[in-house]
Amino acid sequence: MKKDKPLENSSPGIRWLFLMAWRDSRRNRGRLLLFVSSIILGIAALVATLSFGEDLRNGIDDQAKVLVGADLVIRSNRPLTPAELAIPDTVPNRHAREDNFASMIYFVRSGESRLVQVRALDGEYPFYGSLETTPTEAGHSFRNERQALVDKGLLLQYGAQVGDSIRIGSLNFAIAGILNKAPGSTELSMTVAPPVYIPLRYLSQAGLQQRGSRIQYQYYYQYPSPTDIGRFMDSLTSRLGKAHLRYETIESRKTRMSRAFGDFTEFLTLISFIALLMGCIGVGSAVHIYIREKIDGIAVLRCLGVKVRQAFLIYLIQIACIGLLGSVAGVSLGLVIQRILPVVFRDLLPLEAATHLSPRSIGQGMITGLTISILFALLPLLSIRSISPLYTLRRSFEPPRRNRDPLKGVVYTTIFLFVAIFSFWQMHAWTKAFIFCGSLFAAFLLLAGVARLLMWSVRHFFPASWNYLWRQGFANLYRPNNQTLILIVTIGLGTTFIGTLYFVQQMLVDRIAISSGKNQGNMVLFDVQNSELKGVVGLAIHNGVTILQDAPLVSMRLTQIRRRLPDRAREDSVDHHDRRWVFDEEARATYRDTLTGTEKILSGKLGTPVRSPQDIIYVSLEEEYARAMIHAGLGDTLLFNVQGLPLTTVIGSIRTVNSRRLETNFHIVFPGGVLEQAPQFHILIARVPSVEVSARFQKAVVQQFSGVSVIDLGLVLSILDEVLDKIGFVIRFMAGFSMLTGLIVLIASVLISKFQRIQETVLLRTLGARRRQILIIATLEYFFLGALAAGTGILLSLATSWFLARYSFESSFSPHAAPIALLFASICLLTITIGLLNSRSVLNRPPLEILRKEV
Amino acid sequence: MLSVQNVSKTYQSGGRALYVLQNINFIIEAGAIVAIVGPSGSGKTTLLGLSAGLDRSTTGTVALNEIPLDRLSEDERADMRNRYVGFIFQNFQLLPTLTALENVMVPLELRGEKNIRARSKDLLDKVGLADRIHHYPAQLSGGEQQRVSLARAFSNSPRILFADEPTGNLDAETSENVIKLLFDLNREAGTTLVIVTHNAELAGSTQRIIRLTGGHIISDEKK
Repeated sequence: MKKDKPLENSSPGIRWLFLMAWRDSRRNRGRLLLFVSSIILGIAALVATLSFGEDLRNGIDDQAKVLVGADLVIRSNRPLTPAELAIPDTVPNRHAREDNFASMIYFVRSGESRLVQVRALDGEYPFYGSLETTPTEAGHSFRNERQALVDKGLLLQYGAQVGDSIRIGSLNFAIAGILNKAPGSTELSMTVAPPVYIPLRYLSQAGLQQRGSRIQYQYYYQYPSPTDIGRFMDSLTSRLGKAHLRYETIESRKTRMSRAFGDFTEFLTLISFIALLMGCIGVGSAVHIYIREKIDGIAVLRCLGVKVRQAFLIYLIQIACIGLLGSVAGVSLGLVIQRILPVVFRDLLPLEAATHLSPRSIGQGMITGLTISILFALLPLLSIRSISPLYTLRRSFEPPRRNRDPLKGVVYTTIFLFVAIFSFWQMHAWTKAFIFCGSLFAAFLLLAGVARLLMWSVRHFFPASWNYLWRQGFANLYRPNNQTLILIVTIGLGTTFIGTLYFVQQMLVDRIAISSGKNQGNMVLFDVQNSELKGVVGLAIHNGVTILQDAPLVSMRLTQIRRRLPDRAREDSVDHHDRRWVFDEEARATYRDTLTGTEKILSGKLGTPVRSPQDIIYVSLEEEYARAMIHAGLGDTLLFNVQGLPLTTVIGSIRTVNSRRLETNFHIVFPGGVLEQAPQFHILIARVPSVEVSARFQKAVVQQFSGVSVIDLGLVLSILDEVLDKIGFVIRFMAGFSMLTGLIVLIASVLISKFQRIQETVLLRTLGARRRQILIIATLEYFFLGALAAGTGILLSLATSWFLARYSFESSFSPHAAPIALLFASICLLTITIGLLNSRSVLNRPPLEILRKEV
Repeated sequence: MLSVQNVSKTYQSGGRALYVLQNINFIIEAGAIVAIVGPSGSGKTTLLGLSAGLDRSTTGTVALNEIPLDRLSEDERADMRNRYVGFIFQNFQLLPTLTALENVMVPLELRGEKNIRARSKDLLDKVGLADRIHHYPAQLSGGEQQRVSLARAFSNSPRILFADEPTGNLDAETSENVIKLLFDLNREAGTTLVIVTHNAELAGSTQRIIRLTGGHIISDEKK
């Protein structure tokens, strides 16, 4: 016989590998589609948020001009001096002015009143875009008469109509039109403080501009079209800074909005990414089971001469194609969701986000989907390399244990790096990206650890004395090819997500709601002048309203820290943009010699009353305000400008204020004997016993003291509820993808273990088990799984919420027991229901029929 | 064709060595038909696995077509199997996701050969399955599955065919048909045939019987 060389290359080529992958998938396509469905939602959410982010960026670019309404806006807490007014006038321009402040309006016909944002306008602002009104011409015509534009929601709420009268201060205005949209405003901001536009020239007659009133002055400028605003601003910036004037241009608004919406879409993308990761874990687990079922076939192929690499590639190609299919389906669904997102986010956005096909987002979705599904499938796919052809002869054959597969380490590292790089790509900061990845992996590890601990515990402390059905239910948790790990990780992660969202929302509501407790303030009256104080207090007593606290408020500006000139001090803070406000904005100060119930001294001690001009004035700074004064501490000198008068003080103490209760909160507390004669107004905290008393009292205040504004905490609470509901809906909408993914992974996991479950069930039924007994075994198994996953998930969400409460919201966290129990019960029920629905077909038919059909 | 010299196989089980085969020696010439018989646990299947290059011996040398298998890598052995070896298994081992025709085509596809469809159809025709070529294994009876397995085993014109209990899962009548078919095809192709079996009748119809007990050859009878 001729001796041949056996090692010639007879590789059938990549085409054959694709052909085999296709052939092999034929009898399993339903199952493969189920695997891939786990990643469809994640990719859909990812593509939708990425595309939506791009739509927003485009929207900002297109609409920033209309959002600002002018080329330049200058803002100040005081009217500009003629010299300051001249600063932007180096180039000819069109300009307008708006004085805005919070005030009460009174609906003359209904006799009701409400706190609003009054915007007194002079000039043709907005220069870009328009005040959207009904009727349209009202947006211009109201400026010519004593007329007002009133927010749409406000008119609806108080049943007022165009032509009705409203009173602002001491003047009546006819409602000229309904204000549908103003530049840069969101539905949400209009709910909190609905805007009312009036002509500026009537403001002084309304008698609301008193000394100490908190008015913001805005000056709008439009420059002729060839003007290079950027270069023009370069020459103005330092002059505006020296005059403590804040300003905004279209470019700066673009930057600010891009950053804000960047953060927003980044958050949404990360939520989508979590959904995708959960789906990938589902895929990984499904592929693991899939490959275990394919061992015989792979061994036969190896017998017939298929090389290790070829066998690996056949299944890699299969998974990659399925990943590609999932990515295509996910991208398509994502493009549909992209069109829904602007509707979901409508109330939160100040601009129209027109939807466009984004090739970049589509590409990113495809690449991410494909990469991540292959990466997660690689771990189980690597095990193909160790499938010996000997399996064809001996089912029980186990290859000798190899040392740790270095390739698995490479895959784990690649997965971590991929997740880290993806996070960095979204967050643009390695620290944040690693914290995100770290937390995510920690949660995964913890849940996986719990699952392993459960299996270990069940194996080692098996309750041998229990009833058989319980024992069988328990034993199922650690049988070969069990789904314990994957189910606990996916259900647990989903529960963590839902729980955290719920607890945080609840915490925010509680934080405010606690203020409405008995004997605590539920109404704030501000802008009460010295001359009005006695009358307002009398009116309160007359109406059965209890005044709990009276705090005088004096506005002042910080001019020197430790005798350093303001400009030098400002330079010190150049790297701390968020802290520059201490120099630019007016500080809120009061005077008293005691702490309120919500304050606590952190260091130093509260100043004593000043008796002579030679006494040192020791002031107490609020913690955040003190922190914003870089390099300043106890004993340092601060120079304030109190409405024109310089006042030298020394930092005597630092205070913290518990903001969970409705109390006044001041930057600076002066001792008695200093500010009594300064221009000031009072803030009164009151307790109103009922809604009726509140309405009666507000009406009386507006009628007698038109300059006094009233905030009803009941209204604030309902608005906050509404706001949180809207934000909550948005978050729930996005988190829904993770939850749905979790659900699909759950269904897929249960389905892929169906084959094994059928064999067991058929065996039990053959041995005489009744339908009810099998049902109980399955119920118990799914209950154990659901309970443990939900329990761990809830614990994780409690820990996360506590962490957020402590470090992000600086609040205490006391979760309610009922929602926790409800969440736990729901997750358990859902797991059991899905599990049993899958077992139904096995239970309702004779064992032989099932064996013939399924096996 | 097949040379087994001083071959031993040891497995580690529960921390101690398990001697499955010890000092096995034999040579099978090309075209021979040999049966390996012995009680359960005597090492028959292990010997078949080593001879076919599915596993490596602990000591000794197995040479197939004068090529020592122990010196080849996993992939080189796979290549070797594809070129020279055919298999028939007790439980048929057809690929469940492939049709009967595709199952027969796979070894030829692996060799990158052309016009394999017609050749594969011919083989299926020879085993009497011309009308079942597009059926999946689950749609075929046990006897039909084993006939597809026979067609697949002969499809790559192997120099040597290993059959592990080829009738172990079949009833008497079907077994008879399959055995007849196996010998007919073997005669036609001139293949060396090594059969591991419990079936005394089947063993009796071969030219040589190697008997194993406890991992040792206790007799090697040539007719």
